Amino acid sequence: MLVEAFNPARCADVFNQVANAARTHGVSEIEIILAGSNQALTRFANSAIHQNVAERTTHLSVRPMIDGRTARAGTNRLDAEAIRQVVEEAVAITRLTEADAEMLPLASAAPYDPVDRHFEGTANATPEERAQAVAEAIAAVECEHQTAAGIYSTDESVFALMNSRGISAWYAETMARFSITAMARDSSGWAKASACNHAHLNPPDLARAASRKAAGSCSPRELPPGRYTVILEPAAVLDLVGQMFGDFSATAIRDGRSFLTDRIGKKLFGENITIHDDAWHPLQAGAPFDGEGVPRTRLTLVDQGVVREIAYSRQAAHAAGAAPTGHGYPLPNEYGESPANIVIEGGSASVEEMVKSTSRGILVTRFWYIREVDPYEKMFTGMTRDGVFLVEDGRITAGLRNFRFNQSLLELLSNAEMLSAPARVSGEEAFDMVVPAMKVRDFNFTDVTRF
Amino acid sequence: MKDIALRALDTVVRRGVTYADARAVEIRERDITTKNGKAGHVASNESLGVGIRVLAGGCWGFAATDDVSRNGIDAAVALALEIARSGAAAKKHDVVLSPEEKFEATWVSPYRVDPFRIPVDRNLSVLLAVDEELRRNPGVNLAEAAMHFERRRQVFASTLGSVVDQTRYLTGTGYSALSYKNGEIQKRSYPNSFGGQHQLKGYELVEELQLLENAPRVAEEAVALHSADQCPEGEFNLILDSSQIGLQIHESIGHPIELDRVLGSEANYAGMSFLTLDQLGSLRYGSDIVNVVCDARPAHGPGLGTFAFDDEGVPAQSTDIIRDGRFVGYMTSRETAAQVGQTRSNGCMRADGWGRLPLIRMTNVSLKPGKQSLEEVFDADQAIYMETNRSWSIDDKRYQFQFGCEVAWEIRRGKRVRMLKNPSYSGITTEFWNACAAIAGPEHWKLWGLPNCGKGQPEQVMGTGHGASPARFHSIKIGSAYAG
Repeated sequence: MLVEAFNPARCADVFNQVANAARTHGVSEIEIILAGSNQALTRFANSAIHQNVAERTTHLSVRPMIDGRTARAGTNRLDAEAIRQVVEEAVAITRLTEADAEMLPLASAAPYDPVDRHFEGTANATPEERAQAVAEAIAAVECEHQTAAGIYSTDESVFALMNSRGISAWYAETMARFSITAMARDSSGWAKASACNHAHLNPPDLARAASRKAAGSCSPRELPPGRYTVILEPAAVLDLVGQMFGDFSATAIRDGRSFLTDRIGKKLFGENITIHDDAWHPLQAGAPFDGEGVPRTRLTLVDQGVVREIAYSRQAAHAAGAAPTGHGYPLPNEYGESPANIVIEGGSASVEEMVKSTSRGILVTRFWYIREVDPYEKMFTGMTRDGVFLVEDGRITAGLRNFRFNQSLLELLSNAEMLSAPARVSGEEAFDMVVPAMKVRDFNFTDVTRF
Repeated sequence: MKDIALRALDTVVRRGVTYADARAVEIRERDITTKNGKAGHVASNESLGVGIRVLAGGCWGFAATDDVSRNGIDAAVALALEIARSGAAAKKHDVVLSPEEKFEATWVSPYRVDPFRIPVDRNLSVLLAVDEELRRNPGVNLAEAAMHFERRRQVFASTLGSVVDQTRYLTGTGYSALSYKNGEIQKRSYPNSFGGQHQLKGYELVEELQLLENAPRVAEEAVALHSADQCPEGEFNLILDSSQIGLQIHESIGHPIELDRVLGSEANYAGMSFLTLDQLGSLRYGSDIVNVVCDARPAHGPGLGTFAFDDEGVPAQSTDIIRDGRFVGYMTSRETAAQVGQTRSNGCMRADGWGRLPLIRMTNVSLKPGKQSLEEVFDADQAIYMETNRSWSIDDKRYQFQFGCEVAWEIRRGKRVRMLKNPSYSGITTEFWNACAAIAGPEHWKLWGLPNCGKGQPEQVMGTGHGASPARFHSIKIGSAYAG
């Protein structure tokens, strides 16, 4: 397992080699990021495994600080010669960069609450184990006379950040993902889940859920575009609402590229919208420290519709006279920071209750190809995909052809009428978050496609 | 490099396979960015590894490692075989490959100036001069500029006996000016958005692009957009600059002609295609003046899809995709060519580094130049001319799309009469290309590089090339992004 090959003592040894090499160049302020990963993915389509892969990677990057200058050089080799070369390159390009009067010295060590997100069974998952689970999922779809496509991945990763001011941050994680699309003659359904422990995934259940959606959306009707009440399943909420969190960044606001410019402290969303960033949430994943080794802190980004807190890297915090929140990207970078562990508080309604309460509306499984149309109104376009349903008089009555939407998130999160309990959700257009399903009025569909 | 690839291949051959190939890849990259007068991301990276693809028991297995020691390669070979054998649990039929010849070749992409010989401080001085020029305009809040350089050497070896050693040099550069004013964000980029222009060239690309000369205009347009009229909604003649047509080709022609998508292998992620097999040779894809090729040959130009051999050892080729408006070709691999009864792959398999397996990817998918002058393209009583992509989205069968651009101008009798902000257009792929009414000639044709095309699981990022001249389309739906 990687946790043995890249254990803290081994990482410290690599850091010491880097620090020694840097000293030969007269450099004493140095930071390393050392990461390793084993990724394996079994992919299937047309109800058969067709792409089946594994990848082992190593990454060492070195960042010196020299008189207000910094730069980063990386390699994927850890032998003595490679370490000597990468330090030499890092020092050389650092000396050629421009000095920055706002550049802070390297961060100092601070304690962080650890998290336990590494599972031996997931790290050791075999190709046979994944293939068997895939075969069972395919069988569940094929017995409904549909075909299946999807993935089952199991990954192990280790990330260490160490510097000459005493930071020695180390984090190990496993992650498993199962995603499946069930395809019928003229319709499809989709389901996906992720978990640090692959034993928490249930591929046959996900396959049956996707299959039910494909069956339920067959012979899709075409509805004209317009404003509709929508019931967004959690994956649809994730992929769309998840687009806005990069703007909860002090650097983005300072640059004028955030929709929160001139809007901090204002009520932008409905009172039922409260959003946290919480690295320790039991359904979350990821390290409890940021790209400079600063411990993450919990943030309340939105409190009952009012934007309260934003993320600060050390440099952004220093410029603003605030405290760093532990959300900085590895330096050097031009983006500063971003929340990383989003948790949207939910309500108590189930999706079934949302359907029952709707006289006419549209149930959306997920969105696809979401892109920003207007950066300040936070308007996005995209398509529905893999299961769109007409709701009439409290029940699903038909499948629908897919729509294009052009929708402001400010408006969407002001029009949420019902929320479910939040769950860990995995999509394709935003990183995994903990989010609820939402019933939203006046959602703006502007076009309809041919399927 | 050659030793690594051959060692991997020798090891796997001894274990018994139907077919195998190994790619040893060494990548060197350098990135330099500036932001508002300061150095931003200054970084370099080197990576060496090997990817081993095996066909055993009728199933594919692939394992990649950056441990290129004998033990590391042995372990990767064993894992690739274990993975292939596991595929029997969900197999419908044995994989069959179309025939291919054995090749031994060495190729280096042409370049004049090795970008890695230009020191970082010189890169920074070019970008900071542009930055200063952009911020000379007080309405610009954020000036960002970037350069990216890459050298990628790959040795491919296969059980057919092929050994192909290729080195590709890539350079990319561009910048943008962002202006925030009274609750509105506007942006202009040069020479293209989302990173600028990228080509298979050396540092000479930076010198050719006249970065500094264009900076005042770019800044002025970003600021002027605040006081421009909103782009109207309705049906209009639409004229697009060549960079936007490049992206339109990418999304509405390049992706749907990937035969693996057509056959379903991307159904769970990137999606499928409306171009079902029955449409080949019969579908009226575009108007008579629309001719599109997929061309990886160096003769096509320094595109990001230019190479001598693809990543399963098939020589670069030029394939007609749309001929006089009719759909006539897909992009294929050895496996998909065999599936549809074709005798040979047309060489479109490409992998993202050593760690990922080859997939069908766009090479250079280009719209051939037309016969009209630029004046004839703009010769409309009324039209809307759009430049530089701002947003792009298309459904998972590549049929219904919507694009936004950074800026537009209303055209009256061939002349620009007013600037328009927040322009967008939408449509159905085949209806759009059938509405193509005029294409400018070869003197206006540019080969654009898109460095960030995503596909596959795990996702792979690939650079693709798209050549185009400005063109006019009639009766296009404009402005629906802001409607409702």
